[in-house]
Amino acid sequence: MNCDFVLTTCPYCGCGCNFYLQVIDGKAVGVVPCKTHPVSKGTLCIKGWNAHQFVHDEKRLTKPLIKKSGRFEEVSWDEALDYTAKRMLEIKEKTGPDSFGFLSSAKCTNEENYLLMKLSRGVMGTNNVDHCARL
Amino acid sequence: MAGLVASFGSGAMTNSIDEFEDADCILITGSNTTENHPLIANRILRAQEKGAKVIVIDPRKTQIGDLADIYARQNLGSDVAWLNGLINVIISEGWYDKEFVSGRTEGFEELKAKVADYTPDKIEQISGIPAATIKQIAEAYAKAENGSIVYCMGITQHISGTDNVMSLANLAMVTGNVGKRSTGVNPLRGQNNVQGACDLGALPNVFTGYQAVINDELRAKFEKAWGVKLDGKVGQTIMEMMNNAHDGKLAGMYVMAENPMLSDPDINHVREALENLDFLVVQDIFMTETAQLADVVLPGTTYAEKDGTITNTDRTVQRCRKAIEPIGDSKPDWEILALLGQKMGISNFDYNSPEDVYKEIMAVTPIYAGISYERIENETLHWPCPTADHPGTLFLHSGTFSRGLGALKSIDYREPAEMPDNDYPMQLTTGRMMFHFHTGTMTRNSPALHKEVKESYVEVNPSDAKEQGIVEDEKISIASRRGQIEAKARITNKVGRGVVFIPFHFVEGAANVLTNPALDPVAKIPEYKVCAVKVEKI
Repeated sequence: MNCDFVLTTCPYCGCGCNFYLQVIDGKAVGVVPCKTHPVSKGTLCIKGWNAHQFVHDEKRLTKPLIKKSGRFEEVSWDEALDYTAKRMLEIKEKTGPDSFGFLSSAKCTNEENYLLMKLSRGVMGTNNVDHCARL
Repeated sequence: MAGLVASFGSGAMTNSIDEFEDADCILITGSNTTENHPLIANRILRAQEKGAKVIVIDPRKTQIGDLADIYARQNLGSDVAWLNGLINVIISEGWYDKEFVSGRTEGFEELKAKVADYTPDKIEQISGIPAATIKQIAEAYAKAENGSIVYCMGITQHISGTDNVMSLANLAMVTGNVGKRSTGVNPLRGQNNVQGACDLGALPNVFTGYQAVINDELRAKFEKAWGVKLDGKVGQTIMEMMNNAHDGKLAGMYVMAENPMLSDPDINHVREALENLDFLVVQDIFMTETAQLADVVLPGTTYAEKDGTITNTDRTVQRCRKAIEPIGDSKPDWEILALLGQKMGISNFDYNSPEDVYKEIMAVTPIYAGISYERIENETLHWPCPTADHPGTLFLHSGTFSRGLGALKSIDYREPAEMPDNDYPMQLTTGRMMFHFHTGTMTRNSPALHKEVKESYVEVNPSDAKEQGIVEDEKISIASRRGQIEAKARITNKVGRGVVFIPFHFVEGAANVLTNPALDPVAKIPEYKVCAVKVEKI
């Protein structure tokens, strides 16, 4: 059996508590609080204590999907990304950059928000990018 | 955040979480702190143990309201009125900080004239808070050595949201409670990286670090860094995008890990908008209500399967560390975006790791420039942190405000967009609860949390329940001008007479079928916290 404890940040509210995600043989199985963290100081709320539970849920999406004649079909990453890139560039050409919009996410990392913002502004050419801070 | 930018010049929590413990008075409004920011609530309660007065002003008497030294229930959407009332008392009693007001702020005489009309007796009529309680709160906050204000979406999700925030900033400035330890105006961010998403420029008007897209010099900097030409006009907000999609003026959308089909107001309108798009891409970890409407669904990963950084509510940049391999064929969101950028023919989208991306962020973002992966292994760093040897910034606006002088704004109270009438005689307010989070994508798929509360509910005041013959756990109908849902009644004094509360986490009995999409004119935040409804037995 291989057991690891990986220090990371809780995925829930903005407090930013850190905890150790307990990993046994490649599976996230539990959460241990971090005593030295300036916010959580060794405690967690009920959401934090259970933050590993949804990770391996069987309903997780595991394959890219394209809707064909109203039904989702599993496709390869190449097909999904080629198709997405093609449709986005078509829209940019046909109706202009500002006819497209991006919703970024307060649940993704800084790096991911940066890349989505760069994709919107630098690739599609529109400032139509927002997220749910106002919601 | 627009309110704090107007008042102070910077839209973030002014002070850090660690400082709460040493405040003498903490005024909390529109925040259900113990349920939604439990570990911050712990620190506030520790301050209380050390002698601080905790004041809670909220339409619901939540747990933190029960524990408070002073609790007041205001009428929904009456915040500008009671805040002006507090300032009225503080000025007329001479409890304001004359030195701070004259040295660090502008607009005092106008504010003084404005709040002169907001006498405690008048406030009692508008807000329902007794005049004596207004005076008691004013005295406790103004006379504290270090007074801290904490607020959350109960303040911002109104058509007067920006006005509410500027009024809180007025209160802090008039009493000199900003720019020093354990004081300030502190918005608590609801999701783990709302602060980061704002900091990284996932907003229609700014690049990273709040660098405005309309500023030619800053735009030129990004054009040089990215090697592309950039547009200089402000983009559309989420609500504007939805309205444009609805009217056929937006052809496509890319949605990353958001579920507007449950989180946005007036869900029926959102569905029509998204169905009207020619092309919708959704990148998420579950088949959400929004993903079901997509043309392409891209499987991202959870926090456990990726590296990166996350910025919490007090501006601390922290690490997210990969603990397990991605599930199935899913990919970390950063990798999906990098691959898509390359497919779209852009050469500088070739990243090998999140740290690669982060180094680019540091290079173009002055407030993050001194915060490296290496430093945060051992240090707690709050932005702004402009250089590699800068210690970071615990509290903002020390000595001077980001905008120079603090702006005291003279503001009048306005009624919410939709008040009760004969057809819809009651009021609805919405929010979160302890065991669930946002649209439930994570928590409703976590057995231990789902077990605690499995379905939507509606809080009804005992007098209203009695009048209509509604009993505990009875399924009742709640309707607004926009739609109708059913939910089980919880009869409780948490809500006042004439007000019901519904959490928005649940797709069955979704509160946002009912909510009013009327927007704050500046921040474009919808008025989730007040609309008119009728409540009936089925």
